[in-house]
Amino acid sequence: MSSPNSAYPDIPETQTKPKRHEWPLWEVFIRGQHGMSHRHVGSLHAPDEEMAIKNARDVYTRRNEGVSIWVVEACNIAASSPSEKGPLYEPSESKVYRHPTFFDIPEEVGAM
Amino acid sequence: MYAQMVKSEAADESAEAQAFQARIDAGEKIEPKDWMPAGYRKTLIRQIGQHAHSEIVGQLPEGNWITRAPTLERKAILLAKVQDEAGHGLYLYCAAETLGVSRDELTEMLLDGRMKYSSIFNYPTLTWADMGAVGWLVDGAAIMNQVPLQRTSFGPYSRAMIRVCKEESFHQRQGYDIMMKMAQGTPEQKAMAQNALDRFWYPSLMMFGPSDADSVHSAQSMAWKIKMNTNDELRQKFVDQTVPQAEYLGLTVPDKTLKWNDEKGGYDFAEPDWAEFFEVIKGNGPCNTERLAARNKAWDDGKWVRDGLLAHAEKRNARKVAAE
Repeated sequence: MSSPNSAYPDIPETQTKPKRHEWPLWEVFIRGQHGMSHRHVGSLHAPDEEMAIKNARDVYTRRNEGVSIWVVEACNIAASSPSEKGPLYEPSESKVYRHPTFFDIPEEVGAM
Repeated sequence: MYAQMVKSEAADESAEAQAFQARIDAGEKIEPKDWMPAGYRKTLIRQIGQHAHSEIVGQLPEGNWITRAPTLERKAILLAKVQDEAGHGLYLYCAAETLGVSRDELTEMLLDGRMKYSSIFNYPTLTWADMGAVGWLVDGAAIMNQVPLQRTSFGPYSRAMIRVCKEESFHQRQGYDIMMKMAQGTPEQKAMAQNALDRFWYPSLMMFGPSDADSVHSAQSMAWKIKMNTNDELRQKFVDQTVPQAEYLGLTVPDKTLKWNDEKGGYDFAEPDWAEFFEVIKGNGPCNTERLAARNKAWDDGKWVRDGLLAHAEKRNARKVAAE
């Protein structure tokens, strides 16, 4: 896991930067026109959530890309770490029966 | 090309570095939390940072003409274009930040000259036709470089490039549209268009940087897939694409040696004056001082806004905490 005080959840712990007095970093999520979920589009800096949404409008929706914006301060995001890749995702690899193609259904039965 | 002469760090020979290279060779994307060689990280911060700075400084030569655009429609279009450049800078800063450098830090390095931006933005925009030439040639050259970078190995950089490329072709087309209008206009207007092409042709060729055929740095960046083509390849492609577009406009590329070469399937063309290029890079171009002064002034004049909004947010947060 990233250290809780790192400004950006994706920055490895190796950084030893002096703490600067700058606008916090916000991650931006946008829902497009077609009923899809909100999707991460990038980040920006803003003093508070209200300005973050206004800035996100200008930076990420100049061409009608979205109908809804979420912003989350980056330090509030918890993320899985690459070293956990094995333990986290391997268990699903052995469960091929979760995929519909695992089962052979005779053609006579028709579409299923 | 918005990143020029980015010094590449050397690779290390550790087992981790070899596994890392194997991932890149297999076409995997590297994400910010993945292990990466220090050299890869450093080179990328340099390159993405320089790219971002170029987008930001690149607003200045065009911003110069917003208030003097010939029609309200042209003005609105130019305004939207310049706003896009700001957006592109922000996408790129956001990608650079995932590598562990802060936004303000990057800005400070631009302002005190430790980091560079593209040489092209140190040339002045003297007439309205320059808005056409900049969109057509400068954005055209940038696209040459940015399209292949969509496939770069670093995930956030690749995603930023995909967004940028989607928007960039509007820029080039609006530039060409201005050139068409001018080239089909009065003899004076056509002369302005020709003059803009004359002034921007060689600086545009310089955007790709000097030949890097034998450069060790460049070979490392290509192995890491943060540079996808050699400077010469991209320059050749740019010339081959642009010459017919100039012919359509009825304008003449200012190069007497320009000639189609059947054998290589491309044009032979004159190299730009590299001595001039190095002078511009060193800070001695026509507008270097003006550009940096404008960025510094904007940063200094904006300080009270940055501080004020932050103080306001902190005060409100404190009140909210007290109320809970």
